[in-house]
Amino acid sequence: MKVEAKLEFQTSTAPKTGADLLIELLLEEGVDTIFGYPGGAVLPIYDAIYRAKNSIKHVLFRHEQGMIHAAEGYARITGKPGVVIGTSGPGATNLVTGITDAMMDSLPLVVFTGQVARTVIGTDAFQEADIMAITTPITKHNYQVQSVADLPRIVKEAFHIATTGRPGPVVVDVPKDISSEILTEVVKDVNIHLPGYQPTYKPNPMQIKKLSESIPKAKKPVILAGAGVLHSHASKELTAFAEKHQIPVVTTLLGLGSFPADSPLSLGMGGMHGTYAANMALYECDLLINFGARFDDRLTGNLKHFAPFAKVAHIDIDPAEIGKNVPTQIPIVADAKVALMELLKEAEKSPDCEKWREKLNQYKNDYPLWYELDPSGISPQWLIQAIHKVTNGDAIVATDVGQHQMWAAQYYTFNKPHRWITSGGLGTMGFGFPAAIGAQMASPESTVVAIVGDAGFQMTLQELSVIYERNLPVKIIIVNNGALGMVRQWQELLYDNRISESLLHTQPDFVKLAESYGIRGAKIDNQEELITSLPELMAHDGPVLIDCRVLQQEKVFPMIAPGKGLHEMIGVKPQ
Amino acid sequence: MKRIISLTVQDRSGVLNRVTGLLQRRQFNITSISVGAAETEGVSKMTLVVDVEDDQRLEQVTKQLNKQIDVLKVSDITDKAIVARELALIKVASSPQLRSEINGIIDPFRALIIDVSKDSLAIQITGRPDKIDALIDLLRPYGIKEIARTGLTAFLRGHQPQTTELSASFLLK
Ligand SMILES: Cc1cc2nc3c(=O)[nH]c(=O)nc-3n(C[C@H](O)[C@H](O)[C@H](O)COP(=O)(O)OP(=O)(O)OC[C@H]3O[C@@H](n4cnc5c(N)ncnc54)[C@H](O)[C@@H]3O)c2cc1C
Ligand SMILES: Cc1ncc(C[n+]2csc(CCOP(=O)(O)OP(=O)(O)O)c2C)c(N)n1
Repeated sequence: MKVEAKLEFQTSTAPKTGADLLIELLLEEGVDTIFGYPGGAVLPIYDAIYRAKNSIKHVLFRHEQGMIHAAEGYARITGKPGVVIGTSGPGATNLVTGITDAMMDSLPLVVFTGQVARTVIGTDAFQEADIMAITTPITKHNYQVQSVADLPRIVKEAFHIATTGRPGPVVVDVPKDISSEILTEVVKDVNIHLPGYQPTYKPNPMQIKKLSESIPKAKKPVILAGAGVLHSHASKELTAFAEKHQIPVVTTLLGLGSFPADSPLSLGMGGMHGTYAANMALYECDLLINFGARFDDRLTGNLKHFAPFAKVAHIDIDPAEIGKNVPTQIPIVADAKVALMELLKEAEKSPDCEKWREKLNQYKNDYPLWYELDPSGISPQWLIQAIHKVTNGDAIVATDVGQHQMWAAQYYTFNKPHRWITSGGLGTMGFGFPAAIGAQMASPESTVVAIVGDAGFQMTLQELSVIYERNLPVKIIIVNNGALGMVRQWQELLYDNRISESLLHTQPDFVKLAESYGIRGAKIDNQEELITSLPELMAHDGPVLIDCRVLQQEKVFPMIAPGKGLHEMIGVKPQ
Repeated sequence: MKRIISLTVQDRSGVLNRVTGLLQRRQFNITSISVGAAETEGVSKMTLVVDVEDDQRLEQVTKQLNKQIDVLKVSDITDKAIVARELALIKVASSPQLRSEINGIIDPFRALIIDVSKDSLAIQITGRPDKIDALIDLLRPYGIKEIARTGLTAFLRGHQPQTTELSASFLLK
């Protein structure tokens, strides 16, 4: 009896470190998964993870870039922050691409980096990198913990900042002496103190009124739906609003799924590789209502020709986005969902725009997306349609960057929100496959397909180990054209077919590669085989890699060449 | 166009870096910047003089600054009733014979001689930058050895006459 009491006494007073406190704080924030990679400066944190291993899941990736893209995929699907832990120096610098990607695409991440001890910061100590300076321009905010007493407040603030307002990445740099400090007392009940940070969620009623009054006056109204609609979980409200007033909807690349693509009001994606109908609607409209899109240049084309006849209303949670690229007559700083709810109440009268809808339907019928099906091989567009069919259009689709990304956007008709993961703003090759892993971890029951290029896949394929180890049934489909396809396309079209360093003359045997990781692999190079084996491969209870050989010469069309306006699309019809 | 932007910021490490980095990245030229403690503990005041092409760019820079978590308040005070001062230290070559002549020059500027050596004088002047520029021009013939300027610091006067609001202000905190 006595011995037992003594043991109990011992555990409850076992020394607790700054790192233990950090893990406790993460648990209090509801963190269930850590995407991490250890190293010298985070050894104390890993020791705390060891002690807490029954209460928190840590997933060891094989490269810090892979793990942070996985955290982005997780964040995109759940809306919860992806939590990343990396070591100082090279661990931290390996995270830089992912942090920038999350900043560009407004994804909530809380990234903990180890740092050398406070006593040697600034001395070029072993594995010291000035990650604060490096990440200042690529984070929503960053902190270096200066005292363990600040840790509870900083962690709370970091999660708050990452997930509220316009989401984004927050870096917390933790010196090693702080994570290893033995704590004597801990004050955890702290309040966040952010007087300079008060995101606006509720729209100004005057502006809502102004917009409501403009709607019935419009003859050619169009809605642009961006990722902001998805961040605010407002697809239902958006759909109700568009249907109530019968206003056609264009989505951005990152807004795919925010409005059902099969709705008669849907015009599809706008922009560089958008549909003719969507781009002509943006060009000809007299009222453009933008919900949560930041008027990126891939969407707008040459700004001189963007919505030149329109009154522009822009609903965005970030005031700095309004008027940044496009002059805006009705600025509305608000959460998309809150604004839509107000508009559903306020905007009573609908526009009379039957003719406009007819015209746009005519465009849709006359200039649909097209490709020439070549029976001698696999057309990549057809491949995407086949994937759509086999997955009932219900999979979570993550892509890498390049031609396959555009084809996935064009041909995997997204009817539901939160099914689409892609790197839009930074266009990061190597993003797709690890992002799919994060999505599969977030949504174990869903079919998750990673549609990747043969070049981009080779940038982060080491994470095959993770899907094997955890038996994550991600389906990897390599759209293998033996080329840096998007680069090859631009060289063919814009550089007079001077194909400079954009062909991959050697490739690994992807099937053997998969097998060497313990994963089922298959190579498909003709239509028949695809039709017969794709359903079975996709139904396989575990991860699969499919090396799908597609026609190299295929190009993404239609297209707006750089510098051109929305009305100057090329490749809108077969030649 | 030159604009005077007044910033109230949390006195946290990295905030200066964030502000100057942002201006550089968004391609705004900083003419001068001055920083110091404000009336509240833990809060600093920064005065920026920036060169901006047009109102739209100006609006963008103020919004981007406002977005920073540690920035509490941003105001473009160029067109407001303000008091604005800069301090400059000017070291001029001078023999004892020239001293009274130089005194005569600086006197109307209410500048002070704060250090004297065998062959030079140190002059302190406070005022608006154009006034400082004017004095420097007058002293140049004597041989200027060194100049150190603080950059402009400024705030609003106690009383503001009614003026039209800036186009940018509708979205500012
Ligand atoms: C090869 C390639 C080709 C591309 N081609 C195209 C193309 O043809 N068409 C295209 O559209 N894009 C294209 N892109 C993507 C493009 O670069 C941009 O990433 C994309 O247009 C941005 O979409 P977005 O503005 O909807 O999303 P984001 O860039 O994520 O912006 C979201 C906006 O929503 C706001 N927001 C966030 N939360 C909320 C909220 N709760 N309420 C309200 N607002 C909120 C944010 O402040 C932000 O302004 C391409 C990218 C690549 C790599
Ligand atoms: C990290 C990175 N490097 C370079 C690029 C430029 N880039 C954009 S698309 C592309 C080609 C991608 O080739 P692949 O992955 O095979 O896809 P495909 O275009 O053939 O579908 C390149 C090199 C990029 N976006 N990201």
